[in-house]
Amino acid sequence: MIILLAGLVAAAICCVILQDLLKASIALAGLSAILSIIMFILKAPLAAVFELSVCAGLITVIFVSAVSMTRVRSKDEASEMAKARRKRFVLLPVLLIVLLCAALILIWPHISALIPYAGVPMGGQTEQDIFWNQRQADLIGQIVIILAGVFGVLIFFKERD
Amino acid sequence: MSVLFSLFVIAAILLLAIGIYSLVVTRNLMRILLSLEILTKAVTLLMIGVGYMTGKLAEAQTYVITIIIIEVMLLVISTGILFGVFKANGSLDTKGLNNLKG
Repeated sequence: MIILLAGLVAAAICCVILQDLLKASIALAGLSAILSIIMFILKAPLAAVFELSVCAGLITVIFVSAVSMTRVRSKDEASEMAKARRKRFVLLPVLLIVLLCAALILIWPHISALIPYAGVPMGGQTEQDIFWNQRQADLIGQIVIILAGVFGVLIFFKERD
Repeated sequence: MSVLFSLFVIAAILLLAIGIYSLVVTRNLMRILLSLEILTKAVTLLMIGVGYMTGKLAEAQTYVITIIIIEVMLLVISTGILFGVFKANGSLDTKGLNNLKG
C-alpha cells in the first residue's frame, strides 16, 4: 500500500512537471489507474471500475484529443517555455518535503481522533441499496449534470454561420 | 488500521499541495484542468480511505461515483470553453484572456 501511495504522489508530480502535455495526460491516466488499484484493494470494486473506465479511459481520451487539436508551438518557443516552467516549479519539492514533515509530526499522533467511529460496520447495506433507494436526490442531480454537460457540449461545438 | 489511514491522509495532503501549487503557478488552461483533476483525485482517495476506516464503504462508493460524474462533466464543459478560447485567441495562455478588460 505504501508503494502504491508513493506511486500516486509520483504520478501527480510527473503530471505537473512534464513539459509535454501528452505525457502529462498519460501520467494522469496512470494516477487514476493506481487509485483504482487502491480502491480494489480496499474492497470498493464499484468505485474502482468507475475510476478505471471513466477517469483513466474517457478523461485521457478527452485530454489527448484536446492536446492534438491545440498544438501550434515551435521548438524555440517550447524550449523557452520549458525554462520558465522549470523556474516556476523549483519550489514544489521544498513545499512537498515541508508538508510531509509537518504531516508526520502533527497529524500522525492525533490520527485516531479524526475517526471517532473507526471499525463500525454498516448494517449489511450494499452499494446498490444506498445508491438506488437512499440517494435518489443524488441520482436526479447526476442526471441533471449529465444533461447540462451534453447541452454545454452541443452549444460549444455548434457551427457558427 | 490508523497507520493506514494516516498514510491516506498524508498522500491526500501531498496530492492537494501538488494540485494547488500547479494551479497557482501555471498559466496554461490545459494544465489548470490537469491540476483540478489532481485535486479531485485527492478528494476521492480521502473519501475511500474514510469509508474503509469507518466501515461505511458502500456509502463512500456512492459519493465517489457522484464525484466522478461531476468531474467528467466539469472536464467536458471546460474543454469546450478551452476550444472556444483557443479559437478566439490562438493560445491557451491565461495572460491573453483580457478581451473583456476595459
